[in-house]
Amino acid sequence: MPRGESRLIDDARLASRGEPRTGLAVAVWATLKRDLTQLARRRGDVLNPLVFFALVITLFPIGISPDPELLATIAPGLLWVAALLSALLSLDSLFRSDFDDGSLEQLLLAPHPLPMLGLAKVAVHWLLTGLPLALMAPVLGIMLSLPAGSYLMLAVSLALGSASLSLIGAIGAALTVGLSRGGVLLSLLVLPLYIPVLIFGAGAVQASILGDGAAAHLAILGALLALALMLAPWAIAAALRISING
Amino acid sequence: MAFASFAEFIAMGGHATYVWAAWGVTSVLLAGCVLHARAERRQLMRSLARRERREQRLAARRGEATMESHQSGGES
Amino acid sequence: MWSFIHKLGSPKWFYGISARLMPWFWVAAAVLIAVGSVWGLAFAPADYQQGNSFRIIYVHVPAAFLAQSIFVSMAVAGVVFMVWKIKVADMAAAMMAPLGAAMTFIALFSGAVWGVPTWGTWWMWDARLTSMLILLFLYLGVIALRGAFTSRDSASRAASVLAMVGVINIPIIKYSVDWWYTLHQPASFTITSRPAMPTEMWLPLLIMVLGFYSFFIALTLMRTRSEILRRESSKRWVRELAVEER
Repeated sequence: MPRGESRLIDDARLASRGEPRTGLAVAVWATLKRDLTQLARRRGDVLNPLVFFALVITLFPIGISPDPELLATIAPGLLWVAALLSALLSLDSLFRSDFDDGSLEQLLLAPHPLPMLGLAKVAVHWLLTGLPLALMAPVLGIMLSLPAGSYLMLAVSLALGSASLSLIGAIGAALTVGLSRGGVLLSLLVLPLYIPVLIFGAGAVQASILGDGAAAHLAILGALLALALMLAPWAIAAALRISING
Repeated sequence: MAFASFAEFIAMGGHATYVWAAWGVTSVLLAGCVLHARAERRQLMRSLARRERREQRLAARRGEATMESHQSGGES
Repeated sequence: MWSFIHKLGSPKWFYGISARLMPWFWVAAAVLIAVGSVWGLAFAPADYQQGNSFRIIYVHVPAAFLAQSIFVSMAVAGVVFMVWKIKVADMAAAMMAPLGAAMTFIALFSGAVWGVPTWGTWWMWDARLTSMLILLFLYLGVIALRGAFTSRDSASRAASVLAMVGVINIPIIKYSVDWWYTLHQPASFTITSRPAMPTEMWLPLLIMVLGFYSFFIALTLMRTRSEILRRESSKRWVRELAVEER
């Protein structure tokens, strides 16, 4: 073997040893960590949906009536609709800043499957929007005199349902990220798709108030989440490719 | 025939407003679709033909220009 | 098989074959709709419960069928466009969307008008009407998304992705709305579900449904032909055609 060639192979070996690991898990973890750090620095983006949630819930007693009995009957639906709208509000920024500074393009060029990387970004969105909303909902439930015994169900159904909302919403966010005024269009695209989640989410809380078991509702919410987990990442990846290349 | 007279047919057993409103809106929309499609096609053909004429005119003018230059420049 | 698909992909070939097919569908549509209308309006017996107001069924049901079928066709055309890059499929999908929205509107309007003699009100949150309303929003979303892009290729691909996402969601939305409706309104009857229709009632309905389908095919062929000319206007065969037809 000529001397030069063996040295070349040696160099390649050296390089592969010195390079950082580049498995899929590493890439997903890096995306997760990066997005979490970024959002931790922009606290407004995380807090705004929560403040919006509280504000909307404040509007209803003022607009309808402070009567606790009336509020108690409509509280499950109100809380769910308000939480859904708050989650929607935060969707537009899901890919926006990454699109503006070009890091979304880097994500597309990465040698890892885009659906998985997109899933990591959606997971961050859920961790910092859906989960806080679910934790905050019981407090607002007290203000709407939500009947006792349904608080845990409210939080659980919101936590489970908002994961589906984040996944479905991310498809819309990915489709509209390249458009300069995508915000209103995003809600038009996404809200009709949210309806099944809303029906079963609010239904779960309602069922636990009535004393029926809400396990069936949670099971269906879980099934919706499983379906969304299976299909949405591919749609998100396809949509991101369209938005970047178009 | 479910009706005894034409007047009865128009009256639709007291439901005339609803039946004729639903059927009217449907037929207007269907007819509108057809008319729109026809107008769209006619307009398109007209603009295509206009463009073609313009390009032929331009080509003819260009052709004349090259002919003249050829004549003045002699045979080549 | 493959050569057929690729032939179908050629706009010129499609333009030629559709010219031969279109008249048949126009004739079928005109005859079927005329026969169905006269039969349904004048000859079908009045319903023993709803009287003559039931004659709205002959526009309501065909429009509702078509509204759903057109969305499915749009999604299928989207798949064909995304997988085989057949542009004609996308042109057809673009032309179908407004007709689908119009059909959804007809179904909604006739349903609302039908509600007055049946329920005594213009609007009920009936399961069928509610899912039609959601379908209308889905159509509007697809149309708006296509219109929002400046690049035609991005618009086509984005609309295809959204149509596919929508078509997966339509059955989920339909079942969840049905479920929600039975939960909230147990014992009220839906306008179009009846135990058994006599032959002289459902035969004109069948004719109307077939007529509406022929209308849809004929109109889509016609508008797709226009769209082909519009998008291929710089191609040689289109220019020759424009000269011929002057």
